[in-house]
Amino acid sequence: MKKFIDRILGTALLPALSFVMAFVISGFVIAFSDSKVLKLAGSPGKFITTALSTVGNAYLALFQGSVYDPNLAHSHGFLRGFYPLSETIVTATPLILTGLAVALAFQSGLFNIGAQGQFIFGAIAASYVGFHFTLTPVLHVALALIAGVLSAALWGGIVGVLKARTGAHEVIVTIMMNYIAGFFILWILKTTTFLRRGRLDPIAPDVNPSSQLPHLAGTNFRLHAGILVALAAAYFVWWLLNRTTIGFRFRAVGANAAAAKTAGISVGYATIATMALCGALAGLGGAVHVLGSEYALTADIAGSFGFDAITVALLGRAKPLGTVFAALLFGALRTGGRTMQSNTTTPLDIVLVIQALIVLFIAAPTLVRYIFRIKNLKTQEALASKGWNG
Amino acid sequence: MSLELKGITKSFGSLLANDSIDLSVGDGEILAILGENGAGKSTLMNIVYGLLQPDAGEIRVNGELVTINEPSDALAAGIGMVHQHFMLIPVFTVLENIVLGHEATSKLGKLDLQAARKKLLSLAKDFGFVIDPDALVETLPVGVQQRVEILKALMYDAKVLILDEPTAVLTPQETDELLEVIKRLRSQGTSIIFISHKLREVKAIANRISVIHRGKVVGSAEPSASQEELASLMVGRPVNLAPDKTPHAIGSVILHVEDLTISDATGRALVKDVSFDVRGGEVLAIAGVQGNGQSELAQSIINLEPHVAGSITLEGRELVGMSVHQSLHEGIAFIPESRELDGLISSFSIADNLILDTHREKPYSNGISLSPRAVLAEAELKAKEFDIRAQSIKDPASSLSGGNKQKVVLARELSRPVKLLVASQPTRGLDVGSIEFVHERILAERDAGRAVLLFSTELDEVLALADRIAVMYAGKILAIVDSSVTREKLGLLMAGVVE
Repeated sequence: MKKFIDRILGTALLPALSFVMAFVISGFVIAFSDSKVLKLAGSPGKFITTALSTVGNAYLALFQGSVYDPNLAHSHGFLRGFYPLSETIVTATPLILTGLAVALAFQSGLFNIGAQGQFIFGAIAASYVGFHFTLTPVLHVALALIAGVLSAALWGGIVGVLKARTGAHEVIVTIMMNYIAGFFILWILKTTTFLRRGRLDPIAPDVNPSSQLPHLAGTNFRLHAGILVALAAAYFVWWLLNRTTIGFRFRAVGANAAAAKTAGISVGYATIATMALCGALAGLGGAVHVLGSEYALTADIAGSFGFDAITVALLGRAKPLGTVFAALLFGALRTGGRTMQSNTTTPLDIVLVIQALIVLFIAAPTLVRYIFRIKNLKTQEALASKGWNG
Repeated sequence: MSLELKGITKSFGSLLANDSIDLSVGDGEILAILGENGAGKSTLMNIVYGLLQPDAGEIRVNGELVTINEPSDALAAGIGMVHQHFMLIPVFTVLENIVLGHEATSKLGKLDLQAARKKLLSLAKDFGFVIDPDALVETLPVGVQQRVEILKALMYDAKVLILDEPTAVLTPQETDELLEVIKRLRSQGTSIIFISHKLREVKAIANRISVIHRGKVVGSAEPSASQEELASLMVGRPVNLAPDKTPHAIGSVILHVEDLTISDATGRALVKDVSFDVRGGEVLAIAGVQGNGQSELAQSIINLEPHVAGSITLEGRELVGMSVHQSLHEGIAFIPESRELDGLISSFSIADNLILDTHREKPYSNGISLSPRAVLAEAELKAKEFDIRAQSIKDPASSLSGGNKQKVVLARELSRPVKLLVASQPTRGLDVGSIEFVHERILAERDAGRAVLLFSTELDEVLALADRIAVMYAGKILAIVDSSVTREKLGLLMAGVVE
């Protein structure tokens, strides 16, 4: 048990320190970009207190908007105070799944930039099954999820086949496939099958209630069963990688493709299977997002879930559990950022600064090691660049 | 000029790489430093050359204490070094490489090579080197490249020259030439430190021999000492240099290769119309200088090469066109040339490395999930059988020494039912003790009636193990000779000379 804790601490130390550093530096950015603070530059005493209170208020608002809101609790009761946390989880749910899609690829030595497109295909298929059919609730949800998973697995699998057969680099292919997916959803939303009756802007009908993911904490909260799907998927990815023969092959190919090949492992097969599975995970994200919180397919359904996924997977060090935590953190930053913007003078963009700084520090472990004078900081320096070696 | 090292100590973490080492080399003397890989030879020389700083100890040149903080200090003190891996820029000319770091510039920053050219030519003349200053380094044979390195050291007045494993990359003929060059340098007054683990060469040229074992000087010997004496000093126990090879009944043909041609992606043939047989109970060694098509030939046996024409049969079954997995399971054990690159996954545990090929079979897998317990149990057995020395079989393979890494590869490859063992450079970079172990295992396979195809660039290894020897040159098999062939004849064949 102690060993286990040591291991978790060992791998979590770098992300945790990066997180702290990012918040410290962002604090300076908040203070020095605030006009009220800058006006006081002449009087150091006031300047420092105002700067500190500005930064403090911003981070307090960030917390209030993402975890617990005492004002809401005051007016609607203690439990309602957790509304922001529910929002954080709802935002994090698709991010966990797309993050896993990138993390699994990392573990197999591939760089999956295509979670965005895979997410879109999962969302389209789930949406179609959701609004077109009327079935018994449990069956309907299951079918809609499966449709999302399968279509995205196919979409991702194409990348795998192209790479295995022709050697086309997955980074280039997935980027191009993202464009195709982005325009495909624009087109399909204008077809009579998808366009909601009476609307001209690209939006599909709401999915039928029988296909919606059930709420977990009553109707006051948007928290839905998608988080359970995401956690199950994270467990599945862990099990696949660490306990199955297929996962063994994935990791072998990811760690040293030449040795894997020499030992008789088919690198092409592993590539195709990995990409299909990554597609399935991101597609599940799209399906869950539609069936759990959005209900209606729109052109912008994917937001930046597919791209933030890369950051999330890096922050989670390509480990399933790490990815879950990283996605929750990003969910919190996103939802908290909105409150910060409306309650204080600090703009939402500061959240992007924090995210970027976290990634910067994770990518530069030597810097963190130097700042904190840590000798044996566990790093995975190859992680971020591995996919490029093809 | 004399160089004296006193009490040099250097540790990396808990590892004591150099433990108060005393050495000295006199004017016009050749000191050979003999030691296994990891004995601390390179650490010591990197200290002398200023690439590492010692924890304790002093360096004296002509009796005077010197401080060497970086290579330029060493050069200033008259110490030059030729590294095992050449520090040359392939696309630069010989002259450009030699002036690198000492470029003379005329007005307006223009590079002035005239003075350097003059000095280079006169130096080459003094030492009897034939060298074209304007040749691109990448077009030169390895032996000549090495001479460029030596000239580079001499250009800046090196009086003590350190040669780190200088023969590792040379053909037997080039090795002989290098030894001549070294003797000539000595006669002109240059002191030489010659680092090697090859006993024959050390005996041939050294004035004195110092043996390093586990970071300590464990003894010195005269060049007249026997190879066995030197080897046991080096390893720290008696060693058997010539494995017991008993005459053996040769069986039927196991591997039959016919008209095999292997091309690269551009269609250039790397192996041309090669045919041979290997019978059960015999070792066929494919000898040759690195890069004459041996790697491709070895890889093609288990279908790792994509562009193959011709036929490879194992007991009559055609292998060409099979997957790697299938060919291995036809009964081939394969020891790849580079254990770091192709043999092992260094971030995986030792136990996982042992099942790279068989992870989908019982008892390790039920078809879907792995059984960590079965994997570990089997690994414990293998570690015992093959004497794999590790703190834990759960440790990553990268924590192992070279010899133990090779034992992991051997243990894995010999755990399947085997008809043919293909071993590519199986002892490259290994210490004497591990070489002994690997050689014994290879001969044990032969004595058990299996066919062994050995690829090696080491003449000693080829002569010690082979029943027959095929020499590869420029992608072709020049000749297949009996193992009673002389070293000289074999050396000539390896250089492409057929009488």
